Amino acid sequence: MTAAAGVPAPAAGPRGEPLLRAHEVHSYYGNIHALQGINLEVFEGEIVTLLGANGAGKTTTLRTISGLMHPRSGTITFDGGDITSVPAHRLVRRGVGHAPEGRRIFSRMTVLENLQMGAYSRNDKAELQADFERVFALFPRLRERSGQAGGTLSGGEQQMLAIGRALMTHPKLLLLDEPSMGLSPILVEQIFQVIRDIHAQGTTVLVVEQNALMALGVAHRGYILQTGRIVLEDTAANLRQNPAVQKAYLGG
Amino acid sequence: MTGATARRRSLAVPWRAPLAAIVALAVAYFVILAGIVSDSSQQLTFTSAIPQAQAQFINAVTIGAIYALIALGYTMVYGIIELINFAHGEIFMCGSFVSWWLLTTLGFSGAITDPLLLVGVLLLAFAVSMVVMGIVGVVIERLAYRRLRNAPRLAPLITAIGVSFILQNIVFVVVSNSIVTTPQIIPNTVLTFGFFSISLINLFVIILAVGLMATLQLFISRTRLGRAMRSTAIDRDAAQLMGVDINTTIALTFFVGSALAGAAGVVQGLYFGITVFNIGFQAGLKAFTAAVLGGIGNTTGAALGGFVIGFLEVISSVWGQGRWSEAVVFGMLVLVLVFRPTGILGQQLADRA
Repeated sequence: MTAAAGVPAPAAGPRGEPLLRAHEVHSYYGNIHALQGINLEVFEGEIVTLLGANGAGKTTTLRTISGLMHPRSGTITFDGGDITSVPAHRLVRRGVGHAPEGRRIFSRMTVLENLQMGAYSRNDKAELQADFERVFALFPRLRERSGQAGGTLSGGEQQMLAIGRALMTHPKLLLLDEPSMGLSPILVEQIFQVIRDIHAQGTTVLVVEQNALMALGVAHRGYILQTGRIVLEDTAANLRQNPAVQKAYLGG
Repeated sequence: MTGATARRRSLAVPWRAPLAAIVALAVAYFVILAGIVSDSSQQLTFTSAIPQAQAQFINAVTIGAIYALIALGYTMVYGIIELINFAHGEIFMCGSFVSWWLLTTLGFSGAITDPLLLVGVLLLAFAVSMVVMGIVGVVIERLAYRRLRNAPRLAPLITAIGVSFILQNIVFVVVSNSIVTTPQIIPNTVLTFGFFSISLINLFVIILAVGLMATLQLFISRTRLGRAMRSTAIDRDAAQLMGVDINTTIALTFFVGSALAGAAGVVQGLYFGITVFNIGFQAGLKAFTAAVLGGIGNTTGAALGGFVIGFLEVISSVWGQGRWSEAVVFGMLVLVLVFRPTGILGQQLADRA
């Protein structure tokens, strides 16, 4: 465990091998060149945020990392191995947890079944029970609603379930795609507090956000994405001070 | 262990309401049948028509069970990849030929009176037909549908019709182009319980079908693979992110659905004593109607729809209008599609989007 909750880590420097590295990644949707050479690194123990406007390629970046899409060129390494063409269902076992955009919970399954789905590829019974307790401790509401169908939850609860479900995969790296989307300011605060807690428990986090203010508040480092390219990379503190970032993303 | 207790609570299948509905429907059908029987033969009063109505009732449940078994495959495949697998009726047909081949190869031609031997042969026939048809289903998915999974929806649909013709023609050429007699190995015994009598074959088919359907429900709702199937049906990407191999899961769905159609094929031979290369077309269409009627994508609905179709068919033939049974069944399909496109139990489709 490195930095205390919310305190930005020292500036990114050479700290050995990153947990995740995307190198010159190009991804396409059909003929649309969505990612045009992404270079991105996440080190163990960090919270890194990926910011950018709608359509900049944030979601595509996460989908390419978690194996739902595969890059046409470039390489992605994770935890010392090449994962460029590893399909999503195998990557889960290697420690990539992904709470996708729009929550994507299993609406017709109960809250408990959703969490069990998170544990689908695991067979470590003892640790599994600990993870159920961890998720229920982070989100007491989910315990109350465990027998209820996922589709009947409120937006905030669904987001909690989506994050909880991803945590049930016991990830080394947790990918969060717009966890604050559509939530009230109070719930947004709560979700970001949970991100701090998850990080404090030892999980590395890569979070995609439109709410740049909140994201830069919890992250150690950030990347700014524009039409499929990384245009800026710095510590969260520096990004907050950067006039261009303030103008474009912080409403300054 | 909060996990375990909550699990038991969450998976309690709501059965009271469906059961009440089934009993009410059954009573209604029985009264209608008795009414029609007494009406169509002047000598019979309503009460004296009851034994005949009872026989027709059991006949309807038996035929309904066959349709229900086939309909489950349609609905499962639709649920998971949104494909109307028009080749599914041919799986049923091929299943009937597999059991015909097995039984005649083993040298049986009529009823088997030794109970132990009968049970053994039945087990063998169902096991072989279900496994063979399950594998055929998986192979069809692998060769004909998988590559088209992200193609426009019309492409796999046309492919399914093509596969259907291929299977029909294989049987046509390899086995026979005319009606084939299947050994009816279950003795023609009538069991009487007080007022109620039922022949052994009907009892066997009903118990078998209900048993298979109950097993399927338990498999889907309570096992890890069942959860994988449901999650893949709801959201394929999210299921992958949980570690579900969707190719395997979809193949498994085809296996289970095709195995049930294979079982229905064996029943076809045992109950009607005949099969023919083009039997799958109409049976498939009717079972498809059953699946739509119940709410496509919904396994309980498919089972229910199967029984409804069985009753419609029997009612129209008891009425002396057997020629119209197809018109009645497909007229029902038109009415359902116009007035309740999601089917009887189809409201669960609403949260798809």
